[in-house]
Amino acid sequence: MIVEIGHYALVLALMVALVQTVLPLWGAQARNPALMAMAAPAAVAQFVLVAVSFAALTWAFVVSDFSLAVVTSNSHTLKPMLYKVSGVWGNHEGSLLLWVLILSLFGACAAWFGSNLPAQLKARVIGVQGSIGLPFLAFLLFTSNPFWRLQVPPMNGRDLNPLLQDPGLAFHPPFLYLGYVGLSMAFSFAVAALIEGRVDAAWARWVRPWTLAAWVFLTIGIALGSWWAYYELGWGGFWFWDPVENASFMPWLLAAALLHSAIVVEKRESLKSWTILLAIMAFGFSLIGTFIVRSGVITSVHSFASDPERGVFILGILAFFTGGALVLFAARASAMEGKGVFAMVSRESALIANNILLAVSALVVFIGTVWPLVAEVAIGRTVSVGEPFFNAAFTPFFVALAVILPVGAMLAWKRGDIGRALKGLVPVAILAVALGGLAFAMQTGRSALGPVGAALGAWVVFGALWDLYSRTGRGAMADRLARLTRLPRADWGKATAHSGLGVTVFAVAAMNAWAVEDIRVARLGETFPLGAYEVTLVEVHREAGPNYTTTMAEMAVTKNGREVARLFPEKRVYPVQAMPTTEAAIDYGPLRDLYLVIGDPQDGGGWAVRGYVKPFANWLWGGALLMALGGLLSLTDRRYRVAAGARKAAAPRGVPAE
Amino acid sequence: MIRALFLSLLLLAGPALAVQPDEMLADPALEARARAISREVRCPVCQGETIDDSNAQISRDLRIIIRERLVAGDSNAEVIGFLVARYGEYVLFDPPKTGANLILWLAGPVMLLAAGGIAFAAIRRRRPATDEALSVEEQARLDEILKG
Repeated sequence: MIVEIGHYALVLALMVALVQTVLPLWGAQARNPALMAMAAPAAVAQFVLVAVSFAALTWAFVVSDFSLAVVTSNSHTLKPMLYKVSGVWGNHEGSLLLWVLILSLFGACAAWFGSNLPAQLKARVIGVQGSIGLPFLAFLLFTSNPFWRLQVPPMNGRDLNPLLQDPGLAFHPPFLYLGYVGLSMAFSFAVAALIEGRVDAAWARWVRPWTLAAWVFLTIGIALGSWWAYYELGWGGFWFWDPVENASFMPWLLAAALLHSAIVVEKRESLKSWTILLAIMAFGFSLIGTFIVRSGVITSVHSFASDPERGVFILGILAFFTGGALVLFAARASAMEGKGVFAMVSRESALIANNILLAVSALVVFIGTVWPLVAEVAIGRTVSVGEPFFNAAFTPFFVALAVILPVGAMLAWKRGDIGRALKGLVPVAILAVALGGLAFAMQTGRSALGPVGAALGAWVVFGALWDLYSRTGRGAMADRLARLTRLPRADWGKATAHSGLGVTVFAVAAMNAWAVEDIRVARLGETFPLGAYEVTLVEVHREAGPNYTTTMAEMAVTKNGREVARLFPEKRVYPVQAMPTTEAAIDYGPLRDLYLVIGDPQDGGGWAVRGYVKPFANWLWGGALLMALGGLLSLTDRRYRVAAGARKAAAPRGVPAE
Repeated sequence: MIRALFLSLLLLAGPALAVQPDEMLADPALEARARAISREVRCPVCQGETIDDSNAQISRDLRIIIRERLVAGDSNAEVIGFLVARYGEYVLFDPPKTGANLILWLAGPVMLLAAGGIAFAAIRRRRPATDEALSVEEQARLDEILKG
């Protein structure tokens, strides 16, 4: 019964989406207030209906209702509750339902927090948002229905892919989707503005928090996925330039560019048409990401239950929305003439450079991702594009971005003085070079990667801090420090996010340059060196988990005779899917992670063991968290709160963009 | 992350995790070269995995072949040429910079130059902002205010 209610609610949601699309857009065109007023209730109703449907599917997973095909294929009675719930989105149908749920959530948020939007713009935004939901709901109901029943329900299910049975991965998709789909708001605002033919500072002020929120979620989602790969896949890699990772990375890069260009529109009323174009592209790349993951055109572990026919459907949606928006853009962009003028050396120009570097690097990732497909179809050449290409072709753009960031962030609007900005940054540059030199002196090899990463990271981090400090004006140090606390949250957000980028840049370089790896056969009781540490294989035994059996090793790690950690790496086998997984044991530390993996027993006795020392691994996730935190700080800035306060009076629903 | 699913399927045949201790060469310099090569070679039957990370039997065979060639005195380029001759360009994760692949390699720099050129021209074309800088007197007055 509950399942039928969920199914029925989904059908209703499709109908409501039709209403939400047609009536407000028509009403806005005809300037009919009654029709425009339909927008908000329709958006809320759609969200409630999809939420009911999602809750019903969750319920079916929780009680293991194996009469549903989706539950049978992806769940098992013995599975821990957390993974029963996360199993809802661990499959094609359920993950699309989550996609639509978040889409309708953003539509409802536009209704709740949009009370200070001009009625016409609000109706158009919600209408466009509804029009995105429409084909996806149809897609869900007609080709990927999660409520499909089995005539003869089996006694038990086929379990979830064991790799997905992990807390990091349980929360990875929801965050990623909040980010992907959150960009639909920027898209809806962009299309609404194109229909309206008007973009102004107020428009940018509405768009920015949504983009910022989407970007924050995307940052967290990508970091979670990367962290999962690091500890789950058994060799401590954190980024593989896999097509699906790239699919999430491209929108992230474009959203980052959009955030910055929207600042220019908001403060200086320039770059309007470019910002609109970026908003369209950012969501376009989210749809491309959905297409890549769901179609299986570019194969990957993420494309569970992918299917070419479904791919064609999503490609159609992608072509309609991106193509349609671009045609609209071509027709109306000329109406978006910017007002503010600025000199070659100015904050505006620096932000343009930021945008060029981010957009071009996103396109490099895109070309690298689709090139194997293009080359095969167009010239019949089967090529592979992997890490070596991306490292060589992508990295220079990010290095350039990190180099110009501290300078650009300190330039004045309209007309800057590059000499003055550089003069203030001289101590920062000296410090960065000194730290790079220190790294070079301390490392054993001759690789430039580590020292350059250290210098670049320090340049960005201390540059961001110096920028923050220099905003306190002049006077005695104590006064200036006191003034720091009174700076707007947006300034703190900027410094925090930029520092996070610097920390991430450093950590990526450090992990690639200074990791220690050791692969060997170890006998029970044997001690072997791992970097500065000594590792002893104490014992190995078998155990049974709730839905798996495990081979667990006990390993003691000592340094200078003192024990620093006792680790228990595992090798699990999930009998239902007959699938082994490695569970690396990691001793997390502020400066290094100790990462131990137990392999197979060897013919001549002993066990294969792999040990790694991963320097500054925690800094990588820390840097990503700092970036997200910086975004959140900016979101709580007073000028958004003031706006939110005004909205609160009309609709008491908390903070915007959530 | 791709590697994971496919490798686990292959694992059923013969579980082994990537580079195994018994494959490794005693000479650290040769072993380091072997690892460097195997990180750029794609496992022919996996989904976008290097043979260095892959658990497939063929990857293990390829890793062993690479080491045999190195021990026989081949250069890195000769080893890679050996693999390409047998498995095709497909196994190279580092696409060779020849023919149509140049489009792939040059796309980034060309787009950067084009975008930079367009932006430069667009900023130049705008009316130059002339009235922004403070005059000497204004600057002096401003400094005075800020000091006070």
